[in-house]
Amino acid sequence: MDDWLIAIIKVVCIWVWVLLIAVVMTWVERRGAAMIQDRPGPNRAGPFGLFQPIADGIKLFTKEEIIPARSQKLLYILGPLLFSLPAFSAYAVVPFGDKIILGGKEIILQVSDVNIGFLFILAIGSMAVYGIILGGWGSTNKYSILGGLRSTAQMISYEVPLGLSLLAVVFVYGTFSLREISLAQQGTFLGFLPNWGIFKQPLGFILFIVAAYAEANRVPFDLPEAESEIVAGYHTEYGSMRLGLYLFGEYVNLVTISGVIVALYFGSWHLPYINLGAYLGPVLWGIVSFCIFFLKVSFFLWLFVWVRWTLPRFRYDQVMGLGWKALIPLALFNIFITALFIQLTV
Amino acid sequence: MNQNPTPQTGHETGDYVTVNIGPSHPAMHGTLRVITLTDGEYIIKADPEIGYLHRGVEKLGENLTYHQFIPITDRLNYCSAIPNNVSYEMAVEKLMGIEVPEKAQLIRVIMMELARIADHQVCVGILGVDLGAFTPFFYLIIQREEIYEIFEWFNGARLTNTFGRIGGVDADLPDDFEERWEELKPNVRKANEETEKLLTHNRIWMDRTIGVSAFSAEDALNWGFTGPCLRACGVKRDLRKDEPYCMYDKFDFEVPVGKNGDVFDRYKVRMIEMEQSIRIIDQAYKLYKEMPADAPLMARVPKTIKPPAGEVYSALESPNGELGFFVKSDGSANPYRIRIRPPCYMIYQAFPELVKGELIADLVACLSSLNVIAGELDR
Amino acid sequence: MDLKKRVEQCLGPESLVVAMTECQGDVSVEVPKRRLLEAMRLLRDTPDLGFDFLSDVFGVDNLDLNKPKKKPKKAEEGEGAEAEEPKEKGPLPPRFEVVYLLLCLERNERLQVKVRVSEDDMEVDSLTSMWKAATWPEREAFDMYGVRFKGHPNLKRLLMWDDFPAHPLRKDYPLEGQGEERHLIYED
Repeated sequence: MDDWLIAIIKVVCIWVWVLLIAVVMTWVERRGAAMIQDRPGPNRAGPFGLFQPIADGIKLFTKEEIIPARSQKLLYILGPLLFSLPAFSAYAVVPFGDKIILGGKEIILQVSDVNIGFLFILAIGSMAVYGIILGGWGSTNKYSILGGLRSTAQMISYEVPLGLSLLAVVFVYGTFSLREISLAQQGTFLGFLPNWGIFKQPLGFILFIVAAYAEANRVPFDLPEAESEIVAGYHTEYGSMRLGLYLFGEYVNLVTISGVIVALYFGSWHLPYINLGAYLGPVLWGIVSFCIFFLKVSFFLWLFVWVRWTLPRFRYDQVMGLGWKALIPLALFNIFITALFIQLTV
Repeated sequence: MNQNPTPQTGHETGDYVTVNIGPSHPAMHGTLRVITLTDGEYIIKADPEIGYLHRGVEKLGENLTYHQFIPITDRLNYCSAIPNNVSYEMAVEKLMGIEVPEKAQLIRVIMMELARIADHQVCVGILGVDLGAFTPFFYLIIQREEIYEIFEWFNGARLTNTFGRIGGVDADLPDDFEERWEELKPNVRKANEETEKLLTHNRIWMDRTIGVSAFSAEDALNWGFTGPCLRACGVKRDLRKDEPYCMYDKFDFEVPVGKNGDVFDRYKVRMIEMEQSIRIIDQAYKLYKEMPADAPLMARVPKTIKPPAGEVYSALESPNGELGFFVKSDGSANPYRIRIRPPCYMIYQAFPELVKGELIADLVACLSSLNVIAGELDR
Repeated sequence: MDLKKRVEQCLGPESLVVAMTECQGDVSVEVPKRRLLEAMRLLRDTPDLGFDFLSDVFGVDNLDLNKPKKKPKKAEEGEGAEAEEPKEKGPLPPRFEVVYLLLCLERNERLQVKVRVSEDDMEVDSLTSMWKAATWPEREAFDMYGVRFKGHPNLKRLLMWDDFPAHPLRKDYPLEGQGEERHLIYED
């Protein structure tokens, strides 16, 4: 009984927390863009424009829901759902802190620690492709179809290097579970380097982050929604809350991806060289580990925004070329080297 | 032109899709429409359709007086209105045999080069936006706003400045032009530098622009190209050097020339031209300061302009290329025929050749780099 | 040598010069309509002239110029009856002109070449075989004046819509237009 209650509370808390981060991310995106572009950004809705996301949300909620006459209605409605639901559920296996002891019970700060770990994220993330292709096809608009096709090809192609770089991580840690990988990143290795994933898998990290940008449809891989070429790509014909689901789902994806990057490569909730868990009490440690994790995640979220407003976007054939001809051979090479290292050092 | 092999699918089955781009499109170039026949993403045929902004300017000219036509020339290339005005005024002055005083010529040069900088800023900025690099646009546009301030404070209007009169200019440069210019100059240079840092050696930018819609020099000359697009193809042709007007032979500046005529070369040519414009303004202002304060600004021109019967053609180097006016007069107060030779008209007619075999993404890049302005195209 | 003399030396012997004028330094030569391509080839290929760049092609409607000028009203009424009778003139010159602007890139010289087109025979050879730069300007001359170009790859209207019934830049077309509307039919 208690376990169920704790689980439900965790789910609700995490869900609300992730939504909150996604909402704040819209503000960060717009103010960050403005800062990089030497202009003020939203500053009317509340101090520093902080109520801007609320205003946007109200706007999207209160707009008229239009379904184009010639669209395939079922596909049109299903598209945003199939995109955002996986986005919301993928966060279930990402740890956002170490354990906390409340009322005598030890609670891990993760919704569920299944032993398939990030395989779950990969599987759920693949469903998002359906959301895009159905949305693009169902709109019956040539621009949307083009956007949907581009996005599908891109996301499917980049799942391969994503998975292959994660495979190398499995070689190093021997487990899929994100919590166990996080726990294994404590301490130092080689005497002076923190035991973080990035030092053990530098090439893997680069491959993962590039493939993650492609999976998230963010610049420089944002050609599915390239505004100047195909109007708005797969969400051209969407307005009101359906568009809100697409845009929101995208930000939630970003949070999930940042969470995975931090958990795998950047030491999760560990600080380098200091083992805070030994000094702080259990409740405090839970809260502090949560804050450390959150700070690292926000750095990566900022990185997403920073890259978006700095780089131009790729062309479709260049994206395909990069994915298949550059990333996959590198990912295979990475696996080979990792396996070799492990064989030689064990 | 085509760096990718033509795909083999679709030829036998005829599986082509007609994609209509424009006339209302976020790639903000005005009301242009391109009807493309595509095979997936590759373009088999692209058919531009123009005329959405046709306002009958040439016919209007036949019903207005010579002076009344000057504001209409503003609306041709609305990104840089001043070269349009000056080109028309020069044509009428040539017809009437009027010699414009030196001080007026220097003021015209200063304003035209400022307009050239403004036009190139917008072109490069929009090229960046179309390719996904949103930030350089803002850096350049902020400086363009400062140039607009100078225009507004000299002329009264930011965008459609009805600059100059037939016979000279109507007013002198205000007293604190030097301070304004000295403040603006390093900022423009800095914005250009930041743009170059962000774009020129960026691997993604180079991949997107080098080799895209390359055009050979013979083809460009055959199609009637002029301006930065022709210089990017490798032909060193600039009316300011070849047929000098308005004292341009007294200034020392370079004419940048590209190699392949692709999008990257056009972008680079424009960036270098902006720097050269700054040099010209400096030199022109130095000469201007040496002029006596009471030097005439306008030649002696009758109040009602009635040129003798005849026809002349006069062209100058506008930011887009050779902008020419053919003015035919029958001796009355209204022109008999005014023909505007728009530079981007000649360039845009080669568009199907430029994008054949490219991807849709390249079509957008090519269109941006040509700097096609609908007002000038359609008149 | 003077540009005018050089052009006369080149085209004169072939009797290709119908008229030659100069206005404020701009030389303009009129060639017979039937032999336009020949004249253009000579102008391009003669090493002395070398006009290898076509800058522009456009039409001019000389309707108002050809009309007999209105006599100014005289104060005395006595001469009124005589002065009102229009004088007999010869046949009017052809109504339209097509003007080509050529440029020699090496010497930076410009030349205007004209052909006169009369209303009964509005066909002119197209220059697209020599310079592709003539593609759209010739379409526009067709659109605005009705001059047809023989051999043009795609002689459709350019600025007006395809079914537009008149030729707007002609002098007898009013400035306000004649109220044409474009009706688009959407197929369902």
